[in-house]
Amino acid sequence: MNYSTLLIALLIALGAAYFLGRNRARSLAGQGESMHSLPTHYGALTALWTTLPPLLILIMWVMLEPRIVDALLTMQLPEAIRTASEAEVRLALSKVHNIASDPTMMGQSDLGSVAAHLVDLEQRAAILKGGVILSVILLGVAVTWRRIQPDLRARGEVERIVRIMLFASSAIAVLTTLGILVSVLFEAVLFFQKVSPIEFLFGTTWSPQVALRADQSGSSGSFGAVPLFAGTLLISAIAMFIAVPVGLMAAIYLSEYATSRVRQLAKPALEVLAGIPTVVYGFFAALTVAPFIRGIGESVGLDVSSESALAAGLVMGIMIIPFVSSLSDDVINAVPQSLRDGSYGLGATRSETVRQVVIPAALPGIVGAVMLAVSRAIGETMIVAMAAGLAANLTANPLDSVTTVTVQIVTLLVGDQEFDSPKTLAAFALGLVLFIVTLALNFVAIKIVQKYREQYD
Amino acid sequence: MSIIENHKTVGSPLSEGAKLRARDVCVFYGEKQAIYNVSLDIRQNEVIALIGPSGCGKSTFLRCLNRMNDTIDICNVTGEILLDGDNIYDPRVDVVPLRATVGMVFQKPNPFPKSIYDNIAYGPRIHGLASSRVDLDEIVEKSLQRAGLWNEVKDRLHAPGTGLSGGQQQRLCIARTIAVDPEVILMDEPCSALDPIATAKIEELIDELRENYTIAIVTHSMQQAARVSQRTAYFHLGQLIEVNATDKVFTTPEHQLTEAYITGRFG
Ligand SMILES: Nc1ncnc2c1ncn2[C@@H]1O[C@H](COP(=O)(O)OP(=O)(O)OP(=O)(O)O)[C@@H](O)[C@H]1O
Ligand SMILES: [Mg+2]
Repeated sequence: MNYSTLLIALLIALGAAYFLGRNRARSLAGQGESMHSLPTHYGALTALWTTLPPLLILIMWVMLEPRIVDALLTMQLPEAIRTASEAEVRLALSKVHNIASDPTMMGQSDLGSVAAHLVDLEQRAAILKGGVILSVILLGVAVTWRRIQPDLRARGEVERIVRIMLFASSAIAVLTTLGILVSVLFEAVLFFQKVSPIEFLFGTTWSPQVALRADQSGSSGSFGAVPLFAGTLLISAIAMFIAVPVGLMAAIYLSEYATSRVRQLAKPALEVLAGIPTVVYGFFAALTVAPFIRGIGESVGLDVSSESALAAGLVMGIMIIPFVSSLSDDVINAVPQSLRDGSYGLGATRSETVRQVVIPAALPGIVGAVMLAVSRAIGETMIVAMAAGLAANLTANPLDSVTTVTVQIVTLLVGDQEFDSPKTLAAFALGLVLFIVTLALNFVAIKIVQKYREQYD
Repeated sequence: MSIIENHKTVGSPLSEGAKLRARDVCVFYGEKQAIYNVSLDIRQNEVIALIGPSGCGKSTFLRCLNRMNDTIDICNVTGEILLDGDNIYDPRVDVVPLRATVGMVFQKPNPFPKSIYDNIAYGPRIHGLASSRVDLDEIVEKSLQRAGLWNEVKDRLHAPGTGLSGGQQQRLCIARTIAVDPEVILMDEPCSALDPIATAKIEELIDELRENYTIAIVTHSMQQAARVSQRTAYFHLGQLIEVNATDKVFTTPEHQLTEAYITGRFG
């Protein structure tokens, strides 16, 4: 049985078990028993015990089956391959899988017999899997069915199971984050064994090309990341320079001045801006904005590179506007109406009220919004990759081409590479820096927003 | 219950030489009418109490008197309101000086998230009332003194106004209103968020303020109306039912609805 059939079987079992459990509870109640919980609780309990164990087994099966199969196959491989390097074993195994999926190749290779064995194994595994799952389902129904007695505290048990399921879900999210962090950290440590952290953090030359083979000429690469940090900073600064004033003023207009009709139209329109994929912004930046800036620059006699920090920053700023405006809009709306009334009641005009009462009251929240936007800008890749270029220039001139941390991570990892070369590992070190910076920004921003919330609740 | 056809306010809603005169005021929120043909005079240096069951339009009427209703899009006012003989709903009237002349204190203390000093100085700064820092200091001190708050805050003028107690905050808001030198002060349930002691202080303050200002106060507490006001106006479902001297309203009300309300039969 394949997985989709099994999943459908599980769904059917879920429904059936629910009705079975509920009806049993009802019939017991009908016989004059005083049941501890409602019939639906017994139904839910039966459904949970019927579907959760097989589901867990299924998940384990998915994870373990390939390993076990590969281990069994390895034993079947010819002596020569088995004793050779690990890489060769892996190669042979993947060949076996290819042959097994295409029966016409079966007779043509010396690995044919192993492939036949694989087909056989897979068939047996499928039968075994189906058998195990179905019997666990039946066992679950049967045991719970028998357990349904007047004094079974089904309500409490269902609540406990639900709690465990919810906990497991949140644990998955947290553990994944931790896992990513640990693996990035691990690779970054490997990198710092080859390149000193001092050189990485303070060096001003970035040229990560390393010789792939020993006989290749070329340097050992140079990993001073300062140009990348500077480029990231420059582009983010340009982006914030656009996004903060425009986004903030848009938010003020929408929340303080616009009639409700305008607001109903303009808010979704702004949110559409947030929904445009960044790659679209990217080619807009590369194909429209960058040449445009270059054209203007040339007409006034400036030397503008065709990929400029300015183009990338401008477009990134536009991308972030809805982000800033919708977050600021929220905090501005959270300023109590009574403060505005108080100000109007003293004869203040709208703009006086906005400037002197609403904005100061919303300021912490706005700062939080801006910081979240900054971390967004720092993490943005596509626009910069397309519009700002790859040259790691250390410059503050927005008309030059610069590169950023994210873009370099992408370039380091595309193409052929060895997994333990400093070039590849550098990506992890950059990733770690990015992770720490955005984490710190988000943390501070959330703290500020929280503090602000407490003030008016 | 529904509105009374052809109702004419009983008692003495009109009087000679009043500071504020409302004539045939109707207020609509969109399609819904909230105030029906209210005519009422408010005299110089008197405290008039507006009472009535919840939702009868007291706040709505009060907010007409300094055009605070302009800040609500769907709100529409007809009729005339004359301040010293000039219609404040005349299109040529600028609401900025109007609201400085007719100040407002709200139900919930709403100090700005600024220092005590800046809360008071806010109005005078906007209206350019002080020509120098010394002037401004003086206005702040005088306003706080009038509101009976000076002694409690004089050592911490630069502490945030939101850090004061509820009663102090409300007196701060009154001081803030006084600081722009109004002639009329509108108060919408100014004590409903306060404890009895803070309430007593505000009531005392209202009594003192009467010497210099004309005051209209909305209240749900009949004791409060009896303590602070000279005249009382009873609203019912958007209509002004009765206006009379306060002691008369509370001892021998003319209209049966007023009597029902003050004897606690509804509201
Ligand atoms: N902003 C508004 N939009 C629409 N209708 C409103 C608005 N404000 C008040 N109303 C309506 O106008 C009527 C009068 O309301 P108002 O707030 O003036 O009553 P009130 O006498 O002050 O009541 P309370 O004693 O509860 O404060 C009510 O029916 C209310 O629903
Ligand atoms: Mg009210």
